[in-house]
Amino acid sequence: MSISWFVVLSAFLFCIGATGVLTRRNPLVVLLSLELMLNAGNLALIAFSRMNGNGDGQVFALIVMVVAACEVVIGLGLIVAMYRRRIPIDVDEVSELRG
Amino acid sequence: MWFEQVMFFVAAIGAIGGAIGVVTLRNPFFSVLALVGHLLSLAMLFLLLRAEFLAAAQVVVYAGAVMVLYVFVVAYIGGVEEPPFGEDRTGAGKVGPLFALALLIEICIAVLGSGLSALDGHGAKIGPGFGSPGEIGRLLLERFLLAFEAASFLLLVAAVGAVLLARRRRGLEEDGGGDELPAPPAQAPIPAGSGGPSSLGEDIPTRIPAGTAEGPADPTVDQSPDHETQETPA
Repeated sequence: MSISWFVVLSAFLFCIGATGVLTRRNPLVVLLSLELMLNAGNLALIAFSRMNGNGDGQVFALIVMVVAACEVVIGLGLIVAMYRRRIPIDVDEVSELRG
Repeated sequence: MWFEQVMFFVAAIGAIGGAIGVVTLRNPFFSVLALVGHLLSLAMLFLLLRAEFLAAAQVVVYAGAVMVLYVFVVAYIGGVEEPPFGEDRTGAGKVGPLFALALLIEICIAVLGSGLSALDGHGAKIGPGFGSPGEIGRLLLERFLLAFEAASFLLLVAAVGAVLLARRRRGLEEDGGGDELPAPPAQAPIPAGSGGPSSLGEDIPTRIPAGTAEGPADPTVDQSPDHETQETPA
């Protein structure tokens, strides 16, 4: 199995995730699409790690998973806080940064 | 050899189908379920790339723990259905699909035109312990010790931030009256003596249905005390 297949697949998955981030209005689905993009990056990292026969890319992918988990926790906390303050769960409505 | 190719195409179709499901499904709950399928297919791809530890971590941590967090939040705030691809957006939201299309065309040009000829076909020779937990652990604790410590510190900061963001009473509500909690008004008449049992008898049956009946739909009812006093005289 050639490595290039994995890299092409990762590029298309990244593109699908970017489409979700750009087009969806629900911030939950935006976070899910961000997960898609991060996982596409992970797939590319692991494919390159396999290509070079070197474990460094897998460690990078593990760190990316840690960062993704932190991003999920903070993002979901923000969404829950928005829901508590009765701000509409919609990225078009939340267009101003205020304290 | 053919088994590897069959498994790759099965997993690739699963991954792309799950990703398209995440982006196009209307209900966020089904989007989360599609992402679980996507992550499982991706774990299969990781196995094909000899990353056994990462495949296991993907299934256990990602498809297990993180997705449970998503399902909890979707169930808490309720699924808000919306048409995909920004059909009802206004203003700058309308150009989002155009940017996505531009990115797709750019990636197709990059993939078809240049990129892949530089990639080695089947990868380097690897040892038997490649991608095993022992190998990853040795790399993490020897070469990438600083990144390992930074990741653990990042997880700690994220946990503290999540607790701070999602705490219940102080700091987030606008009408919470600053830092201090206002005293619960239901307890004020109880030590007054004569009106104690009657006010207690009126208060408890009205408060319990207000918390349980519209709890999932309106969670701020049971935490704002002035809302409670508006309901008790009725």
